[in-house]
Amino acid sequence: MVERKIEVFNNYEQSQKEVGYIARKDATQKTYDDLGFMSGLEVHQQLDTKEKLFCRCPAGIYHQDDEYNAELIRHMRPTLSELGEYDGTALMEFKTKKEIVYRINDKNSCTYEIDDTPPFPLNKQALERAIIVSLACKLNIVGEVHITRKQYLDGSIPAGFQRTVIIGVDGEIYPKNKKVRLIQLSLEEDSCREISDIKHKRVYKTDRLGMPLIETVTYPDMKNPDEVKDACDYIRFLNRSTGLVRTGTGASRQDVNVSCTGGTRVEIKGVAHTKWIPELTHNEVFRQWALLKIRDRLKKKIKDSQNWKIKVTEISFDKVEPLTEAMKQAQANNEKLVQVILPGFKGILSYFTQPGRVFADEISDRLKVIACLEKPNMIFNEHFNDDDAEILVWTPEDDLATTLETIEERCQMAFEGVPAETRKSLLNGTTLFERVLPGANRMYPDTDSPPISLQNEYVENLRQEIPVAVVDMYNQLQKWGVPTDTYTYILSKNLYPVLEKIVTELKVTPKFIGGLLGHKLKNLEGKFKKCAFFTYEHVYDLIKFVKEQNLDQAIIKPMLKYLYQDSKQSFENILQKINFQKVSLESLKTEVQELAKKFSKIKQSKKPDIDHHWIVGQIKVRALGNIALKKLKELI
Amino acid sequence: MDGYKGDSLETLKKHKVRVWSKALVTTTQGVFEGTILPRSENDDDQHLVLKIATGYNVGVDIKTITDIKELGYKKANYKIPEKEFPCTPGLPRVKLFGTGGTIASRLDYRTGAVIPAFSPGELYGAVPELADICNLETEKVFAVFSENMGPEQYKELAIAIGKEIENGIDGIVIGHGTDTLHHTAAALTFMVQDSPVPIVLVGSQRSSDRPSSDAALNLMHAMKAAGHSDIAEVMVCMFGPTSDEYGLLHKGTRVRKMHSSYRSTFRTIGDVPLAMITRDKITHIKPEYHKRRKDRKVKILPYFNEKTCMLYYYPGMDSEVIDAMVDKGYKGIVIVGTGLGHVNKKIYPAIERAHKKGVCMYMTLQTLWGYVHMNVYDTGRDLQAAGIVPAENMLPEVAFVKLGWALGQTEDPEEVKKIMLTPINDETTKREPYNGYLVYQGGIPEVEAFVKSFRK
Repeated sequence: MVERKIEVFNNYEQSQKEVGYIARKDATQKTYDDLGFMSGLEVHQQLDTKEKLFCRCPAGIYHQDDEYNAELIRHMRPTLSELGEYDGTALMEFKTKKEIVYRINDKNSCTYEIDDTPPFPLNKQALERAIIVSLACKLNIVGEVHITRKQYLDGSIPAGFQRTVIIGVDGEIYPKNKKVRLIQLSLEEDSCREISDIKHKRVYKTDRLGMPLIETVTYPDMKNPDEVKDACDYIRFLNRSTGLVRTGTGASRQDVNVSCTGGTRVEIKGVAHTKWIPELTHNEVFRQWALLKIRDRLKKKIKDSQNWKIKVTEISFDKVEPLTEAMKQAQANNEKLVQVILPGFKGILSYFTQPGRVFADEISDRLKVIACLEKPNMIFNEHFNDDDAEILVWTPEDDLATTLETIEERCQMAFEGVPAETRKSLLNGTTLFERVLPGANRMYPDTDSPPISLQNEYVENLRQEIPVAVVDMYNQLQKWGVPTDTYTYILSKNLYPVLEKIVTELKVTPKFIGGLLGHKLKNLEGKFKKCAFFTYEHVYDLIKFVKEQNLDQAIIKPMLKYLYQDSKQSFENILQKINFQKVSLESLKTEVQELAKKFSKIKQSKKPDIDHHWIVGQIKVRALGNIALKKLKELI
Repeated sequence: MDGYKGDSLETLKKHKVRVWSKALVTTTQGVFEGTILPRSENDDDQHLVLKIATGYNVGVDIKTITDIKELGYKKANYKIPEKEFPCTPGLPRVKLFGTGGTIASRLDYRTGAVIPAFSPGELYGAVPELADICNLETEKVFAVFSENMGPEQYKELAIAIGKEIENGIDGIVIGHGTDTLHHTAAALTFMVQDSPVPIVLVGSQRSSDRPSSDAALNLMHAMKAAGHSDIAEVMVCMFGPTSDEYGLLHKGTRVRKMHSSYRSTFRTIGDVPLAMITRDKITHIKPEYHKRRKDRKVKILPYFNEKTCMLYYYPGMDSEVIDAMVDKGYKGIVIVGTGLGHVNKKIYPAIERAHKKGVCMYMTLQTLWGYVHMNVYDTGRDLQAAGIVPAENMLPEVAFVKLGWALGQTEDPEEVKKIMLTPINDETTKREPYNGYLVYQGGIPEVEAFVKSFRK
């Protein structure tokens, strides 16, 4: 009976120190400069169109996971790229041997989504909208659009590829007045939504599939985590400011590319909120730094890394004590238990990579994705001898070869440093292996669709429709003295146009209206349920009403609260609800005098302003909307 | 210059750059950097195609180009990795005849579409699983798209198959475009009779240059059927459902392509298929079939009279149409009539005239399912009297192929009639099983329930 101890994090803190990991709040620009932090973005944004990109199904009709009319199954095989190469990701994903199941609902999918009908002509509305956004990003618009297939073997697209087209290349944007260069903007089909992914079966639904999506790709011009978030916010504001894109959950997502000096470009996929970006990029740059430290350690210890190999022995479950729950399950399922010795790896498996995670997790993550072994799928032990580390892994017999290959491959990669990967983001700011980073080799011309010529005149006509650039909005808000903490809300909700209209047409001070939208409205949004009919135009109408009725603008805020929750009622009705009564200045004066008399009789305190406070308190509600608080005080 | 012509070719020459150059193209719309790719012949002469660093292709309008600089040159070598197909003792020998089509293909810049690529080595490189099924030999008989297959090709193919059978092959697979796969299947049924081994026609609905292609699985199924099945008939092997689940073996005379693009497009009409097939298993559906034999006795009958045509009847059709065919020397006409086998009165005189001139005419059905019943109405009886022979439940395309094949042997109408009405392999059947006609209607609750739980 061999007792195996599962190594706990006793190496974790020491290795974390060796890496020099610090929390983000303690990091400065110097921290990132020393690491050689580099980051770029791929911002995805759904366009607001009636139909999908390559078929005539309605766009934006979603369904629940179990609400489907039919299912079908596909397996994906890698194919050659246009230049005659196989793509690395494609080969890896072929190894995983997944059975992909699609759930189809008639409301939003036709035979195109399941790749049983060739594409219909590209959606013109989507093309125009993508060109307008490209022009707003100062991109060079191509003369002819070529529909290209981008291979995805994970099954997220039933065809095995995404149809995508480049609209423009080489542009620039100016978030917070820093120049960020853009590589390209493409128009593409959105992918399926995953329902589950367990062992060898992955289930998707096709509702989102085929919806038009634009992808804005930047150069790695961002030098710290906050800059990445700023650039991302900016691109999202810019997209929204056109009024041509979808909003709401999932309508925009981003992939963030990160590397450090000596590291590799790693892509963090599908980050839904920009606020998560700083923590994710911070941790990723340190993860890469840690992998480089691991490489240095290994190289020092193991001279002949070329011929480094794992040693494998199949062992009986009976020989291990204690068995974990997962191991007992595996034993019951007649799976194989294998001891894998990693020569020279003592201290490596327990080496820090991310907060709460160690190098062994890098292996375990890959086993889940490539060999389809659900976690926990292994345990490790570094008290094995003075030099080596040991992994115990359990797997169905069919997956044994892939399992061992995966372990050996990931360990061999440790001698190189940072593998090029796409990683899935987690809420705690760490990431998981998702797949090998695909390269340019997964592109292939779409033989089903001829190219589309973009005439100069057509493009120039669309140029007339570009909205005010976000940078110009930003500068104008600053000039107007609108509080800076309102900018994100105003720009992300595309409130600038209504704000500008109120300022110029109704002559309300920008500062007031900025606060009304960026503080009050935001606050209402968090607290109350929005009326289905509420639009930002209602705010304009409200202010116009208040102006026309000669009411004091202090009444706008309480009225907005009612308007937000029920936008169909009349403004008079709202005034009644907040007990507003029209009171003339004369009668207010009289009331103030009477209150002053009354208070002089009951007053007990000797404080100097006490009269003042008491009277304001008594009359405030009646005065609301009739006279500004400041003027009321003067009156007293 | 690979597809460049006219103005775009002039632009390349003017700036002294070649296809496959790495180039810096300056335009009034900005600068584009990438590799100049060949251009499809059918596209216009106003654009250059560039592959940019991210792998995408873009077109540049030549009118906007102010300068092109060549930075380098690298020609792509598009080649499916070729590996020698391993020979495993004990596995059956299967011969694959290539005729073209999308079953194994790669990009063709000239047309911008896909062209076939087909050696055993290439196939093994793309579908290594084939080596576990059989020992493969291949021969490219011709490289034509399905729609260009015709009588000459049928005959050539029949003779080639005959030779292979004599040489002792265990099974034959024919890679074929799908559009006319069922025409060829019918032709081979008539031209290659009493085969001792399976003859399997296979294609793909999605070309093999896409990850979700049905080509690989169809090939595996076809090889399995050819090498291991006991059914020594001419068959079509294609997807049963649209899912990657199983294939169906259809009799060559009862199969038809029923959807322009679905994977599960081939259906047996008026009967049930021969069998279901996966990589591991053949499940028989139709109990009666021609069994595999050890002998090499096969009859090759490569005949075809090309003065045979097929006429799809439409309301208001005029006599002239038939007169013109007769005057042009056609010897056989398959009419695809309405309902139980009807055409309008207007063309009766033309039919009588044709009959007198010795033209053989057979009636088939636009409905595809069911039998020609020309005794139910007077019109049908009149037509028979005028010389049209009802072709039972023979599919129109099959009747056309068979009539051409019969006329290739004799022009004596009575002899032709004998050949036409004597079934060779179920092109006409005595009875239609109750489950031979299943076209379900979506939306009906029980059909929806079936679709949701069973139809993958």
